[in-house]
Order: sequence, then C-alpha cells, then structure tokens
Amino acid sequence: MVRVKHQVRMIVNGEEVIGWVEPRRTLLDFIREDLNLTGTKKGCDLGNCGGCTVLMGGEPINSCLVLALEAEDQEIVTIEGLSEGMNLHPLQKAFIQHGAVQCGYCTPGMILSAKALLDENPKPTELEVRMAIAGNLCRCTGYKKIVEAILSVAGGKHPPG
Amino acid sequence: MLWKTYRVVKTREEALEALNASRGKARVIAGGTDLIPRLKDREMEVECVVDITGIEDLRKIGMEGDCVSIGATVTHHQIVCSPLLKEKLPLLVEAAAEVGTPQVRNQGTVLGNIVNAQPAADTAVALLALGAEVNVVSEKDSRWIPLEDLYEGVGISKVKSDQQLAVEVRCPVIRKGQGYAYGRMRGRNDHWLPALNTAVVVTTKDKKFISGTIAIAPVTPRLFRAKKAEKMIKGASISEKTIAAVAQKASEEATPRDSVLRGSRKYRKEMVAILVRDVLRKAIQNIRKD
Repeated sequence: MVRVKHQVRMIVNGEEVIGWVEPRRTLLDFIREDLNLTGTKKGCDLGNCGGCTVLMGGEPINSCLVLALEAEDQEIVTIEGLSEGMNLHPLQKAFIQHGAVQCGYCTPGMILSAKALLDENPKPTELEVRMAIAGNLCRCTGYKKIVEAILSVAGGKHPPG
Repeated sequence: MLWKTYRVVKTREEALEALNASRGKARVIAGGTDLIPRLKDREMEVECVVDITGIEDLRKIGMEGDCVSIGATVTHHQIVCSPLLKEKLPLLVEAAAEVGTPQVRNQGTVLGNIVNAQPAADTAVALLALGAEVNVVSEKDSRWIPLEDLYEGVGISKVKSDQQLAVEVRCPVIRKGQGYAYGRMRGRNDHWLPALNTAVVVTTKDKKFISGTIAIAPVTPRLFRAKKAEKMIKGASISEKTIAAVAQKASEEATPRDSVLRGSRKYRKEMVAILVRDVLRKAIQNIRKD
C-alpha cells in the first residue's frame, strides 16, 4: 500500500516545526515519536485520562483526539516548553514542593491544564481549580496535593524565577 | 485508522464535492472528539477525512431574526464563553458547560454533538427543548430539519455523510414570560456520563403555563420529548400540584433501559419524576421578566 504523507507546519514550544505525516497520525504520536517530546504521555488514547494534554492556541486539548494535520499553523505548548533552561516554571516547582507528584504519569497534563487556568484566571477558587483539572485523571495522589500546589501558585507563593 | 486522504476544504461546495467523490467512505471532521475514537476502533470504513474547520462562515455565532444561529465548527467552549448566548440562550450555555472535560469542550463542536446522535448528548437535549432546527445541505438542496427528526437511532443520525453536510443549528431565543432549566444526574461530579438529563422550556402568562417542552434523555434510543406531560402542562396553573402531576406523567412515558453505566431501568424511571419536578421548579424561577 502506498502511504501518502502530508506536510504539516506548527509552532511547538515557540519553535517552528515542519514534518511529514500520514493522515492518520495523531498529534500525540507526532509530538512523542516524530519530535521526541516524550513528556506528553499516552494513557487511554481515547480522550478520557488527560495524560496527553497539551495547549493548542493556549487551550488544553487531548492530543490523542487531534490529528497532526488538524494542528496546521497552530501554536502548541508541551510540558517541555514550560521551564526556561534549568529554571522550572512556578507550577512545576509547586508540584515538587507540595508532593503533588507520585508516579508522575498525569503530571505533565495536570500542569498544562493548571497553566491554562491560571493564564485566564490568575486567582481561581478551589472549585475552579478542581473543574479545570476535571479532565486529568490521577490514580495516586487523590488530587488534594495537586489542588494545593495549584492554589499556592495562584496565591503568589511561587513567583516566577 | 487506515484512511489515506485528508482534505482541508475552504467552502461548503468543496466539502460536498469531497464527500460525493468518496462515495460514502469519507467522514467530516470538525472537532474530532467523537470521530477519532470511532476511527481508532475501526467502527467504520473511511478512506478520506474532510476537515471543515477552514470554512469561514461555519465559525459564527449570531442572530438571524428572532433566532440564534450557530455554525458547524463552533466548540462547546465557545458557546460557554459567548456573551450573546449567555443573554439569549442561557439554557444552551448551561448544557454545553456539562459536556465532557475542559479538553473535550475546547475541541468538540455542538453540531458534532448532534450529528454523533447519542441520545443523552447534553447540548442536543437542551436544543430539543428549545425547538432547534439543523440546516443540512447537499449539492442538490438545503433543508432545515427539526432536531427531533434528525436521529435515526443510537449513534446514527439521518445526515448522510457521503453527500450531506450539517452546517448550522438555529433556535428561537428565550422570550419574556418563558422559563427554562437544565438538570443532570450522574454517578459522580465530573465528566461522567449522565444517568439522566433533562431540559425544559415553559411559556407562561398570568400564573398559567401556556405550553412547555420537556426533553429527557437517555430514555429512548433517540431524542425524546415527554409529549403526554407536555399536553398536560398546557393551560394548567403554575403550582406544585401541576408540577408533581406533570413530572409523574413524564416518568410514566419514559422508557429507560437497564444500564451498567447509568443505572437500572426501575431506578431511572423513578428518578425521571424527581428530575423533571426539580427542573420545572427551577424553570419557574428562571421566567424571563423582560
């Protein structure tokens, strides 16, 4: 069978990326396997677990439910795009300090959902935090420490830098 | 996931041409949150995916006379954030906020929610109560189809994906004297499927119900309106007695099935009465005064 590849262009973590993909390639597989950005996790691959969450145009989406070709000309942010060199993003620091990471599988998606929330609403209530991460399943922590970590950034306890 | 072609189209005509050319083996993609899992499961044989997100006029949310019109590529998140819809169709905004997760709402579209034809689709239930119609176009014609006639069965809509495109949904705005409410019952407070959901719109005048539409799901394979309960509410006084009787009638009409995910038939049939009662009470509180 002849496999036709299409060209796709997008901005990933601030850099222009041009790739050649089969039409069936998901954005998740493109990010992980073609770009080697394996911080984005493949969990259920059905849009339920949120492990594959990335930001597209600033909004969290499940990259397993998006075809790479659908992301043409879009701005994508993955977990690798948050830190500046060795300097972690305030949310990443807060997750470490609050013990909000256990197995770590949900963490990239969780942090990106939290980032999208704080970018839009810098002072969310606890309920708003819980609603914002409703699409990210964690099977280790029970969410309490994750919510605390996000709220601590919202409260300004982890200033950038 | 074996398709070979991905076509990005810029106009409705191009989209229809691409669908016709594939003779039933093409599928339209806008959000893809329902389509992609189905393609991964190889539920359907697809050779070509037609991306309609580049069609400019399908992105609009706007007024057309007394109706609000929503294009095929408008996402649930855009509905939730729309100042126009918050004012004119708060019922739809409430229902759209219940769909899936933030990720799914950012990607999935309302027209997709309808065309995917799941009887408990939150926005479809709200739009049914609101009397919505869907504009379906083909190379031959353009027709407005009432939402309740659009479902063939569970997961099957009457939009023929090999030759037709659902481009827009429209429905009348909530007017003075009308009340509305949406209610949802589920196992836990997140993106879990509804055990039951219901939307009502009542038209009132001088402490009487003039009419009402009561949409309940999932209690049949298709969208369902409790027509006997609707008949009963017509002309009745606005009172707890009326509400109790109408809710009971709705429960008698509903035929939910036993479901591992949603609950037993017996339980859900009883719960229809409770949910419809609560939603009618809320609708009365929401009667628009201007």
